[in-house]
Amino acid sequence: MNALYALIMVLALVIIPLLGAGALGWHVLFGVVLPYLAFTVFVLGFISKVVSWGRSAVPFKIPTTGGQQKSLPWIRQSRIDNPSSKFATVIRMILEILLFRSLFRNTRVRLFKDDTQLSYGSSKFLWLGALAFHVSFFVILARHMRFFTEPVPVVFSWLENLDGIMQVGVPVLFATEIVILLALAYLFLRRILVPQLRYISLPTDYFALFLLFAIVISGILMRYFIRADIMDIKVLTMGLIQFQPQIPESIGALFYTHLFLVCSLLVYFPWSKLMHLGGVFLSPTRNMPNDNRVRRHVNPWNYPVKLHTYEEWEDEYRDKLKEAGIPVEKE
Amino acid sequence: MAQTPSPDNLVQSIDYTPPSTNWLDDTPPEFRPGNFSYPAKPGELESFFEYEGAKEWSPMDEDWQLPENWQEIIYEGFRERLHKYRSLKVFMDICVRCGACADKCHYFIGSGDPKNMPVLRAELLRSIYRKDFTTVGKILGRLNGGRGLTQDVLKEWFMYFYQCSECRRCSLFCPYGIDTAEVTMMARELMNLLGIQTNWIMGPVTNCFNVGNHLGIPPHTFKDIVDFMVDDIEDITGKRIEVPLNKKGADILFVVPSGDYFADPGTYTFMGYLMLFHELGLDYTLSTYAAEGGNFGLFTSHEAMKRLNAKIYAEAERLGVNWILGGECGHMWRVINQYMDTMNGPADFLSVPRSPITGTVFHNAKQTGMVHITEFTADLIKNNVLNLDPSRNDNKRVTYHDSCNPARAMGLLEEPRYVINNVCNHFYEMPEQTIREQTFCCGSGAGLNNDEFTEMRMRGGMPRANAVKHVHEKYGVNMLSCICAIDRAAFPPLMEYWVPEVDVTGVHELVANALVMRGEKERETDLRGEPLPGKED
Repeated sequence: MNALYALIMVLALVIIPLLGAGALGWHVLFGVVLPYLAFTVFVLGFISKVVSWGRSAVPFKIPTTGGQQKSLPWIRQSRIDNPSSKFATVIRMILEILLFRSLFRNTRVRLFKDDTQLSYGSSKFLWLGALAFHVSFFVILARHMRFFTEPVPVVFSWLENLDGIMQVGVPVLFATEIVILLALAYLFLRRILVPQLRYISLPTDYFALFLLFAIVISGILMRYFIRADIMDIKVLTMGLIQFQPQIPESIGALFYTHLFLVCSLLVYFPWSKLMHLGGVFLSPTRNMPNDNRVRRHVNPWNYPVKLHTYEEWEDEYRDKLKEAGIPVEKE
Repeated sequence: MAQTPSPDNLVQSIDYTPPSTNWLDDTPPEFRPGNFSYPAKPGELESFFEYEGAKEWSPMDEDWQLPENWQEIIYEGFRERLHKYRSLKVFMDICVRCGACADKCHYFIGSGDPKNMPVLRAELLRSIYRKDFTTVGKILGRLNGGRGLTQDVLKEWFMYFYQCSECRRCSLFCPYGIDTAEVTMMARELMNLLGIQTNWIMGPVTNCFNVGNHLGIPPHTFKDIVDFMVDDIEDITGKRIEVPLNKKGADILFVVPSGDYFADPGTYTFMGYLMLFHELGLDYTLSTYAAEGGNFGLFTSHEAMKRLNAKIYAEAERLGVNWILGGECGHMWRVINQYMDTMNGPADFLSVPRSPITGTVFHNAKQTGMVHITEFTADLIKNNVLNLDPSRNDNKRVTYHDSCNPARAMGLLEEPRYVINNVCNHFYEMPEQTIREQTFCCGSGAGLNNDEFTEMRMRGGMPRANAVKHVHEKYGVNMLSCICAIDRAAFPPLMEYWVPEVDVTGVHELVANALVMRGEKERETDLRGEPLPGKED
């Protein structure tokens, strides 16, 4: 049901540009106004979210330690999973952000009821699927930079050649397009097929997946099936980036659909769970070293609290203390 | 008191298939004996938190008699905490519900209740956050997974945030490090604002504040207990030892969890400390004012934690000690490692801890001035200053349980193993997915170790017990060692329920059994009065 809501929402987002840019021909709206608007919302939204996190205090140093602490010199420390320096913490963060190290630990529990045995198997599919999705998304995004640069920096051409290394088809098939579709399909299917995941999945979880699906599919359609004129599209994208918007007449509704879906993603991004992109950098259980006993951490809002002082306590127990022969301050 | 189902029936009752009803607004919590803790006594809420209007109530009541403006109170408290804790704000925003945490929680594994999946536990709070603190949530409402704050939501909070032991196992596996312990702590703070709190937490907090320890043992009784132990030690070893209390000018203040001097088997660990220190001739003192290392404040609010923890530094300063040594306790070490200096430091009057026996300087504790007893003892053994006879533990086939907090909020993994391996000849590890940083909770942490909660404790403790059962069957393990007072209280019934052949011990009980003291008589028994290997007849 939740998936259905999301599907309807994404279908609506497909129909809007087909009608608006296709049937009604509002090219300026869909080709210029909305992209500028969406990009602005994305940038301001992203910044405001990160700033709002940044404005919240970090009162305590609470890393989750995933290995041996640094203690006695002859005990081998787990430097990355239990970092004691800023440098090691940065390494931990890099491995977390680029390689999803925590997810790599994933296990799956099984309960055999007949003999009451629990077993914990390694479970790397989520890690693989997530990494496949994020890497191909990043490569596809980088490949698109050729629409916004002139001359195209050589690094983007390299990336494109690497992505098309299979040398299949005309135009050359990009590996990332296959991978991202498979990864999205995996991420979607596990939400539908695993009962616990289906139970926790919200419409927004499906919405993000469907929206990405629609973006990828519309892109693939344009490249292989309903060919769009790349040179004309580049006129439009370069016009946007140079603040001299131009609308080449030949651009069809499919491109505007692709663009509108991307705009939708940009607008949606800062207000959604997709902000894990920014949030992962600020997670206090990962971005702090476990050096609490060595370096002082200050809580900006630390305040005095009501205490039961020794003097008060001794007043209450003095007779008993003396009787028991325990030393006291005041006789 | 509820009847706890038999182990077989309990296992058969576990069903990982979620209900057909939506969790957001269609699956109200069902309180039944065995799955919740009793509420706090109004008097204790009034005296400690100065909470006005506390009432007698039961979670099973239809109407919880909440104050008229209770939603406003929660909103205000929530807003304040979002501002004070970046952790809360980030954790509310960035979860993608990937589900990696789902089967990492011992309460989920043992109950199958989907709201015990860490992701859904946090969603109980997040759904309110999304509805009332985010722009999109205000527009999209239910589509965005938002819901209004109703009494049923509050009941859910009480149910599930008191079915979380703040063990942080889920946090280890989360790709963003989202820490359910942090979420649970916030939710419990919010409930506190309405006087919703459990007796098993509020009692110890009040006792610790007023008397000096969770169990409310007054100083003269503490002295009696210590004297009693000294007698026992004399019976076993022939050595009469002195135990300094509140001694000014001692080198070291020694702080232990009160469970260690209250009940078996913690008491044997306590005897172990005393024997070790006597043998070393250590210049130390115990305190009857700061007579608690544990801190149930951690399970109720940051403020309560600070109020209780403050006694340790205050007492160290009054007594004029150079540094502090801490006993075997789990959550106590989370507080000491991650909170104490920030809350109540800097303790400038302390010096960098230095073992007077080996000369080792504990640079890793130079700011807090507080060293863990297994760090201290591991250093002693490494420097060969103890005369140890591990064969005295030969009738024990030992495994070791990493307590959650020393494992995942500190990383104290090798020190206790080094000590155990030097005082025992038969040591066996449990499977790797159940130890070290992946360790499973005893099922009774974070203030849940109460009788009325027994069924959930047996469920939550199942993964740990199952791993013990595995090494029991494979290697004949008959002794579960640990460095946590809650473990030592929680494991005996848990083992009794799941693996009755296995007993529970602290690490320093094993140390003291193996410790050959100068001038001791030939020992016939271990600290429990049971015959040593070879002395059975």
